[in-house]
Amino acid sequence: MLAENGVPTGEDLAQVLPAPERLAQGPVAIAECFQKIPCDPCYHSCLRRAIAPFADINERPRIDHEKCNGCGLCVNRCPGLAIFVVDQTYSDSEALVKLPYEFLPLPKPGDVVTAINRLGQAVGKARVVKVQSGKQMDGTNIVWLAVPQDLSMEVRHFKMEEVR
Amino acid sequence: MLACEICVIGGGPAGLTAALHAASLGASAVIIDRNDYLGGQLIKQTHRFFGSKEQKASERGISISRELSLAVEKEKNIKVLTAATALGYYKDGVVTVEKDERFLKIKPQKIIVATGGAEKTLPFPNNDLPGVYGAGAVQTLVNVYGVKPGRRVLMVGAGNIGVIVSYQLLQAGMEVAGIVEAAPRIGAYWVHAAKVVRAGVPIYTRHTIKGAWGKKEVEGATIVELDEQWKPIPGTEKDFAVDVICLSVGLNPLTEILWQAGCAMKYVPELSGYVPLRNEYLETSVPGIYVAGDAGGIEEASAAMMEGALAGLNAARALGYSAPDFNSRRANILRELESLRSGPVGEKIRKGLEKVTLTERREMRSGLSNLSLLTSNF
Ligand SMILES: Cc1cc2nc3c(=O)[nH]c(=O)nc-3n(C[C@H](O)[C@H](O)[C@H](O)COP(=O)(O)OP(=O)(O)OC[C@H]3O[C@@H](n4cnc5c(N)ncnc54)[C@H](O)[C@@H]3O)c2cc1C
Ligand code: SF4
Ligand code: SF4
Repeated sequence: MLAENGVPTGEDLAQVLPAPERLAQGPVAIAECFQKIPCDPCYHSCLRRAIAPFADINERPRIDHEKCNGCGLCVNRCPGLAIFVVDQTYSDSEALVKLPYEFLPLPKPGDVVTAINRLGQAVGKARVVKVQSGKQMDGTNIVWLAVPQDLSMEVRHFKMEEVR
Repeated sequence: MLACEICVIGGGPAGLTAALHAASLGASAVIIDRNDYLGGQLIKQTHRFFGSKEQKASERGISISRELSLAVEKEKNIKVLTAATALGYYKDGVVTVEKDERFLKIKPQKIIVATGGAEKTLPFPNNDLPGVYGAGAVQTLVNVYGVKPGRRVLMVGAGNIGVIVSYQLLQAGMEVAGIVEAAPRIGAYWVHAAKVVRAGVPIYTRHTIKGAWGKKEVEGATIVELDEQWKPIPGTEKDFAVDVICLSVGLNPLTEILWQAGCAMKYVPELSGYVPLRNEYLETSVPGIYVAGDAGGIEEASAAMMEGALAGLNAARALGYSAPDFNSRRANILRELESLRSGPVGEKIRKGLEKVTLTERREMRSGLSNLSLLTSNF
């Protein structure tokens, strides 16, 4: 449970995951933000107004998955690193997970990395497709990982393979 | 003797905003800070901040600190004394300061105390071994001076600071063996907790540190599970080989100057220690002395900046400065502050503030019969 070990439960996630029909249409953002905290940069960052206005700053984000096109602007601005973009249409066997990453060194496109789940456990391999970095990202880079389709809702972090 | 209109003690987010807002009305201010740089705690916060857009949310603490310091430098009404420690307050309203081994005297008309907080420590066997640090100290070492204090850390305390510092130690290339928390629930925002957990750091709630071990320095630590009554459960000990133990068990407001000035103080657990009574203008029971930020109760940078703004505006107003939009500016800040504190995580602060904020001058007076009569500036 989140409050006890920092890991959201299946029930928590069920509230925020897009409908399967929406996932089948392409990239979409998922805000894994489950607590009322005084925070709203995700709302201000979304140019498509896909995140509902906050009646008060302590509200939880609500993403209108129909309006969201998975652009990833909010992924970069969220101080909780709690927003991910998932694209299940990447290929028949692989999905893309775009995740915020604040560690150095950054991986390079083509690198194979260890895919990590929300518990911090290795769940398989992922291939780096793209790395959005640079000044305008202000230190919160976005790494695009190609992962097996069945892991698209598991993989939320990665570790670089040890260089020998 | 340096005479000035407003003396701001502490150049963290609260103090800097206070001086900027006072200067914006035309008042002049002197900021004193014992560090070599301005910014207070913000200087070492490399993570993006929470809060709303108006409070610079999603910016990193260090960028906020840079912006504020730059604005202060540009403001000709503000004079800055860094590496200067306020030592005392005297009855005649003189603040004494140590700078460059010299003793300075400042005679301000108003004082804003924005001294922030100091880290608490924790008793456990061998907590005096080298390698046991406060989390804030480790954060200063790593983020300000670029020095890693060791290789592998055990963090004690899963509040925002413990969890954020753990994350920053990972970023610095250290290992974090785990985060221990005696309470049954994680105090940090869950989004912060989730990001350290997926980065491989387990959080042990209902656990405490039983002791540290090592010959000349920390070589490891033993943790133990706690039962419903917070008593250690024998046989549940776990050992960790670590060379650093980091304590993040809270801050206490730094209030020496306020005590010396004779401000009425009260112990308020929700605000993390003894804090001064204050009115809605953030003025303490001693007329002309204001409090803002963590010094008045441990909270957050966003709240510290808003309190600083209020204290700055109010102190300048009391000196006779104003602006056509004064009332609306103040009302806006008050509204934002209220909305920031309105949610469930603000509940503790709201409760604490209820105990120390006196809305009626008379109330303050009657509560403090042994203090000299208060004179209203408004
Ligand atoms: C790890 C960590 C993470 C945090 N994350 C967040 C966050 O995400 N969002 C958020 O809003 N807040 C955050 N905070 C809290 C925030 O940093 C503090 O609440 C805020 O800095 C308080 O501001 P302040 O101006 O009251 O005090 P401080 O920033 O502590 O500044 C006080 C200043 O006073 C000076 N001083 C003290 N005594 C004297 C004296 N006698 N003479 C001269 N100078 C003196 C000190 O040197 C210091 O510079 C975090 C804090 C920590 C430690
Ligand atoms: S991914 Fe883009 S469109 Fe979707 S919610 Fe985030 S910012 Fe808005
Ligand atoms: S910016 Fe991130 S942490 Fe803040 S409310 Fe939005 S999703 Fe939650």
